[in-house]
Amino acid sequence: MKTAVIQFPGSNCDRDAVHAFGNILGLPADLVWHKESSLGGAELVVLPGGFSFGDYLRCGAIARFSPIMAAVCEFAENGGVVLGICNGFQILCEAGLLPGVLIRNECLEFRCRTVQLRVEDAGPHFNREKLGDRLAIPVAHGEGNYLIDREGLTALQENRQILFRYAARGSAGDPQLENPNGSVGDIAGIRNQMGNVIGMMPHPERAVETFHPSRDGVPILKAVVETARSAADVKV
Amino acid sequence: MSKYDFPMTVSQKLPPNPDPVLNVEITPELIKKHGILPEEYEKILNDLGREPTLTELGIFSVMWSEHCSYKNSRPLLKGFPTEKKRTDLPYGKVLVKAGEENAGVIDIGEGWAISFKIESHNHPSAVEPFEGAATGVGGIIRDIFTMGARPALLTNSLRFGDLESETVRHLFRGVVAGIAHYGNCMGIPTVGGDVYFDPCYEGNPLVNALCLGVLRHDQIKRGAASGVGNPVFYVGASTGRDGLGGASFASRELTEESQADRPAVQKGDPFMEKLLMEACLEMMAVPGLVVGIQDMGAAGLTCSSCETAARGNAGIEIELDRVPQREAGMNSYEIMLSESQERMLVIVQRGREKEIEEIFEKWDLHAEQVGEVTGGDRMVVKHHGVPVADIPAKLLTDEGPVYHRESREPAYLRETGGWKPESLGDPAPERLRDALPRLLSHPTIASKRWVYQQYDHMVMAGTVLGPGSDAAVVRLRLDDKEKYVAIANDCNGRYCYLNPYRGGLIAMVECLRNLACSGAVPLAMTDNLNFGNPYKPEVFYAMEESVRGLADACRAFDVPVVGGNVSLYNENQKGAVDPTPVVSVAGLIEDPEHITGQFCRKSGERLILLGGYPDELGGSAYLGVCHDLKTGDAPRVDLEAEKRLQEFVRDRIREGRVDAAHDLAEGGLLVAVAEMLFGERQLGAELVLKAIAGGTRLDALFYGESQGRVLLAVEAGADEAVTDEARNAGISASVIGSVVEQPELSVALEGRSDKWTWPVDELRNAWQKAIPDAMRLPGIPE
Repeated sequence: MKTAVIQFPGSNCDRDAVHAFGNILGLPADLVWHKESSLGGAELVVLPGGFSFGDYLRCGAIARFSPIMAAVCEFAENGGVVLGICNGFQILCEAGLLPGVLIRNECLEFRCRTVQLRVEDAGPHFNREKLGDRLAIPVAHGEGNYLIDREGLTALQENRQILFRYAARGSAGDPQLENPNGSVGDIAGIRNQMGNVIGMMPHPERAVETFHPSRDGVPILKAVVETARSAADVKV
Repeated sequence: MSKYDFPMTVSQKLPPNPDPVLNVEITPELIKKHGILPEEYEKILNDLGREPTLTELGIFSVMWSEHCSYKNSRPLLKGFPTEKKRTDLPYGKVLVKAGEENAGVIDIGEGWAISFKIESHNHPSAVEPFEGAATGVGGIIRDIFTMGARPALLTNSLRFGDLESETVRHLFRGVVAGIAHYGNCMGIPTVGGDVYFDPCYEGNPLVNALCLGVLRHDQIKRGAASGVGNPVFYVGASTGRDGLGGASFASRELTEESQADRPAVQKGDPFMEKLLMEACLEMMAVPGLVVGIQDMGAAGLTCSSCETAARGNAGIEIELDRVPQREAGMNSYEIMLSESQERMLVIVQRGREKEIEEIFEKWDLHAEQVGEVTGGDRMVVKHHGVPVADIPAKLLTDEGPVYHRESREPAYLRETGGWKPESLGDPAPERLRDALPRLLSHPTIASKRWVYQQYDHMVMAGTVLGPGSDAAVVRLRLDDKEKYVAIANDCNGRYCYLNPYRGGLIAMVECLRNLACSGAVPLAMTDNLNFGNPYKPEVFYAMEESVRGLADACRAFDVPVVGGNVSLYNENQKGAVDPTPVVSVAGLIEDPEHITGQFCRKSGERLILLGGYPDELGGSAYLGVCHDLKTGDAPRVDLEAEKRLQEFVRDRIREGRVDAAHDLAEGGLLVAVAEMLFGERQLGAELVLKAIAGGTRLDALFYGESQGRVLLAVEAGADEAVTDEARNAGISASVIGSVVEQPELSVALEGRSDKWTWPVDELRNAWQKAIPDAMRLPGIPE
């Protein structure tokens, strides 16, 4: 499963993603510079976190015009699996590969902490049985407040496109459990209708080693890889 | 090179500047306005052999400012040890010493090294907190990657006035947001730091930022211009009129008019810096391409040109027409004094210009050849082909003025030193109880989550112990190996105010104690000396004494000083800030199994107090918070006992016998125990304190800040052996209680009926909510 991690100017979780897919999951993973026009035969594409183009204009708004994005869009349209983490999620929304937008956190500040995610039953790879009920995954963003109109939200629900929600307010009022950005429906991660484009604000690549807040990122990344494997099988 | 020929010969007497505005007579008023003393101007006339031009006067004013020249502090800094005495360890050798380069470099073994330094941005942050703090972070990051190192972590030490003031809240909010903005965008985790609140910092906050990077020994780069004929490149952002004369601005006292100096504050662009960093690291990885490199920080193009020339024992010549400019019509004075951010000067091996140009093109950044290395010793600056400055480079750097200022012990020390705890009367039991939540909710002691949840402290996926611990620990991935570095910051200005020498000692030993509690062996120290106006003898006395304290502690622990920063003129209308020599020590943890946190993990754990029961009240947070007093003498320090204690703690951690370790600091014993209970699990503790044989006051026992104390949590059943070993090692040790399931902290006194209890929730609430409550904005959710 050859993995391409796209490196935009300002990406800063690109190396972490290569480490997680390459060293932790043991897949061949390489950086691909945004000025390239080819994905070099990759079977899985990752848009990493960071501040592509300094978040100028709007997060992800400039990155979608990078030369590599034409190849990413084509890859996705052909059923290839694309994972966008944090800024990668923002880029996917800006590129129209995922519905909705990500706006400024409700608290108007950057938030970095480990949150509890509730796994929704969405598809064969992203279900509770596979991943576990609750996952502890770090978030780190200033613009993670997912917003979509009512019809869009209904469609997301009906098509089972919501992968993760921030676990609702705990009885103790522990901020760890709270939605860190005010997103509609406490949405933390979604996929497109075909199920091959996945976007999430939390960082699974920061929850893969023993000293990390948890190792709950491993099943998430594995689920992405399995989705990519199924997609590749279909294509064959 | 077609348009310009380097080098051009220059006559001693310079022709008129192309910009007529600059062709003015150098009057005493103009000299004074540039912060140059009459005797300093005499030296310029004498050493230059003629009158300087206005551009040259500007160059002297920034290079001879305190910020760049350390003219009032250099003699004191000579007291610091700069090398490690012990040489039999597989790590710890100083590879680049303090003052040699932009930052020091220390061996961490197996061919790898770290480079780290702390630097202040106090004055800019006072007038423009967001940009001031942001560019402070940007500046220190450049210092580190200039050395060839990839930045791995950031920390910061912040000092503010009382949060009850709206202005202080504005500064606090802006500074934290600025640090977050820059560090987060760079993708370097901000893993730790310290924040103190004291009225003395009102109007003059301290913003000290640290960066630590990692590199192989063969990747170390020097900021030296060598090889006559080698091209000098300007890379990064273009030059604008921002930050004009920032170094001089930073070398004055803040006044009401300082707000008018806002143009002296730079505007940061972390995206530009991220590109610059990646491009520079890529460029430096090419063997033999880069001869020398230096960032344009304080005093911008001026400082980078003359410092590289001076270090390389060479001359340098630059043509300002070739400097990328953001605005039209800038003259030589403005270009040379601009402190626009995200720029570097690079000396490249001749004939390989194409290689650097290609790398910077990839990153869409400027890379312009602006000059070349010349023979001789002069820095020659031309504009439109006309020489506008021609000065011996070393006259601006090494041969600048140096002063040893007059020093006088402040009169108040007699009064504060003679203070007696008896003047407080006997502490009532109820008051003793109330003191704990009050201390925990004082912003200096309270949880700093409000601050660090705005910093990305997990990017790079290497944070093992993040903010909120005694020390932060980060895993470094080095090709096929891993290493673990720990870092801690410290300085209690209150102690330095009451006893500058002991305050210096304590800053250092407490920082080392924090590292010991995390399981780390100290490598080296970087310091940020924040003081008032050195022309005031009382201020200079405090500088002299606290530096002596730091140096003595460094020598006792064989921890070399590898660099730092001096920030003077930290004053407002009410006077100088407390002497605040912030120290930061980096350490190494060889085995990740040894990384130890401060939180108790399960009931049944036994709590051992090492170092004896506290018995002093001077300078304590308790006196400040509960009695509104800043008095007494700073706590005593016994360097030998401190060394024994820290070795002992580290050894027990290495044996795997310590579940948690935490040092006693602000707030004393009970605050430390409470902090150990604020982990993820809901736990309580039952303490039985012996004490009182010698008539120790209960407030001193509970909340006194005697030094050399550490709390260990060990498995039930292991406590006796550990206390026995401690006593054999000459360390006072007592089992003071146990961790219990019931989430309540109770304190009893052996042989007495008094008992104090606090629900841990009450304490945790006080600790957690103090800062968010103070900072809440109407209508905005947390």
